[in-house]
Amino acid sequence: MTSTPNTDERLLKASLLTRILRRPELGALAGLVVITIFFAIFASDKMFELSGIMNFLSPAAHLGILAIGAALLMIGGEFDLSVGSMVAFAGMIFAASITLMSLPLWLAVLFTLMFAGFIGWINGLIVHRTGLPSFIVTLAFLFILRGLALVGLKAATRVQVAQDKAAYANESLSFNDIMHAIFVQSGGATQQRGLAENIEPGFWNEMFSGDALEGLFHWLAEAGYTATFKSGLPKVTGIPVEIIWFAILSLIATLVLVKTPLGNWIFASGGDPEAARKSGVPVDRVKIGLFIFTACCAALVAILTVMDAGSTDAARGKQKEFEAIIAAVIGGCLLTGGYGSAIGAFFGAIIFGMVAIGLTYTQIDQDWYLVFLGVMLLIAVTFNKYVRRYATGEK
Amino acid sequence: MANEQPLIHLDNIVKHFGSVVALNGVSLDIYPGEVMGLLGDNGAGKSTLIKVLSGVHQPTSGTMMMHGDEVHFDTPREAMNAGIATVHQDLGMIPLMSVTRNFFMGREPVKKYGPIKVFDHQYANQVTCEEMHRIGIDVRDPDQAVGTLSGGERQTVAIARAVHFGAKVLILDEPTSALGVAQTSMVLKYIDKVRKNGLAVILITHNVRHAYAVGDRFTVLNRGATLGTHTRDEISIDELQNLMAGGKELQDLNEQLQGTV
Repeated sequence: MTSTPNTDERLLKASLLTRILRRPELGALAGLVVITIFFAIFASDKMFELSGIMNFLSPAAHLGILAIGAALLMIGGEFDLSVGSMVAFAGMIFAASITLMSLPLWLAVLFTLMFAGFIGWINGLIVHRTGLPSFIVTLAFLFILRGLALVGLKAATRVQVAQDKAAYANESLSFNDIMHAIFVQSGGATQQRGLAENIEPGFWNEMFSGDALEGLFHWLAEAGYTATFKSGLPKVTGIPVEIIWFAILSLIATLVLVKTPLGNWIFASGGDPEAARKSGVPVDRVKIGLFIFTACCAALVAILTVMDAGSTDAARGKQKEFEAIIAAVIGGCLLTGGYGSAIGAFFGAIIFGMVAIGLTYTQIDQDWYLVFLGVMLLIAVTFNKYVRRYATGEK
Repeated sequence: MANEQPLIHLDNIVKHFGSVVALNGVSLDIYPGEVMGLLGDNGAGKSTLIKVLSGVHQPTSGTMMMHGDEVHFDTPREAMNAGIATVHQDLGMIPLMSVTRNFFMGREPVKKYGPIKVFDHQYANQVTCEEMHRIGIDVRDPDQAVGTLSGGERQTVAIARAVHFGAKVLILDEPTSALGVAQTSMVLKYIDKVRKNGLAVILITHNVRHAYAVGDRFTVLNRGATLGTHTRDEISIDELQNLMAGGKELQDLNEQLQGTV
């Protein structure tokens, strides 16, 4: 203990530059600054008005919630390519639990999260038991879940039609009728609309839809701090809930990674599972837990989008698995695991939202977005590689 | 030393893998404060013996005593808890993680805030710095990645970690095999230091010179059995080398190569 002052002196020897370069989220933050400057110059001023900011933060939040899950899982050394399909699949489960099962909202949310978590658990278990790369196992689930979402939604809409018919004829639907609608009939829609009227207002509704902090925004507008319509109502009525969820999840994920033993276990499981196991880290439980968490993140996005749109659609979340992984990589996660940050993925997702929406505020063709995506990914992985070499002294 | 109670006593340990006899009745005594050099060529049974000691494998027959009491280890964890720590060839260190995070991996110190347990970085960094200081490694910063340390430094950190977490018996599996001369002497010096603190060290190597540099006693394994245990006074480095290589052949080879083996 007496050597503490001595060691404290040593601490100062690490140069500030080294300490900054060692942060995995550095690249994402730098990227965000560059993109912000770009749009500050080329986009119309409306983009960085309060309403404009909410406009790009909202899709950033949807992607970001997925990216946080993807980032933790990548740091833990695994991938989940099924998160995009999971958004559609969990959306179907959520819609079905509200309409067909008539569950109260809180129970429907819980049920959806548990169902998604169960599939995440299966993903993790298969990876753990077979030792196959998670890339290939979750690729299978990318197709399985998308297919189930398509098939399931069509069946659900057929059952709905049969139910409506029966109700109109004042009859009740028998089990056989339901089975007939599911397995024998064909047709049906891959969308289910009109969920809004089935959801009762109240606390749980507010948690997953609309805006938060409305009182504050109303007050800000009245006090003249923010823009108002001519009627005196604020232009921005609050922060969309998905942004709040995104921020809270990013914060929690960051704290867990940096400040808890579990965080250390996640880094260790991804860095070298064998070494981690030898040191007593429950690697398999950590990894399976991360698969469950990632699936639940996707389910949360599904719930938020279904609540927002009042409908579910089997096409939702397409390619989101790749965007989430790219956001995580931009955020400094290594494809090989064991390194990265949640706050980096947070910045990565905001970069995405900013470019996807920001281009509409410029004269630039929106389809440049895809080009940007690829270029950004290349820059990020190259940058990560050199930063990692510098940070770890690898040759 | 002979009238002391051995820390570990192995009696006629046999280990079969199916029809393969990996250990064919190994008996050993290991005392606190000594370095036991465990020598043997590839396939002699060194790895199997340490895996039995560290709870990875369970012996087919034979008894293992610790402090005079019979013990059985079903898992490496149980062996670890009993104070038997193994530092493997691949060290169990993760290059991308900081020295502190590696040092406390799987045994993170926590501060409790109500139900929430937080990794106590301040304490962990402090301990890591003190331990490094004690070894004589100038750790610029406990947050630096283990990948930035040299091979010898990594090895000593791995040993220091085992010592810090209360190892009484330290099994070192080929600690010098991948190291250069200066790095090797650094590790051997540290092994000497650990011995002086009263730990029992089992040094597994096939480099007789490294074993002879720090070893108090030497046991040579061949084809799953011991060829006897010798104290340092009883045996010369050349005799040890011959014993390990099964005698005759190496001597011939030595003559052919003009004494360079």
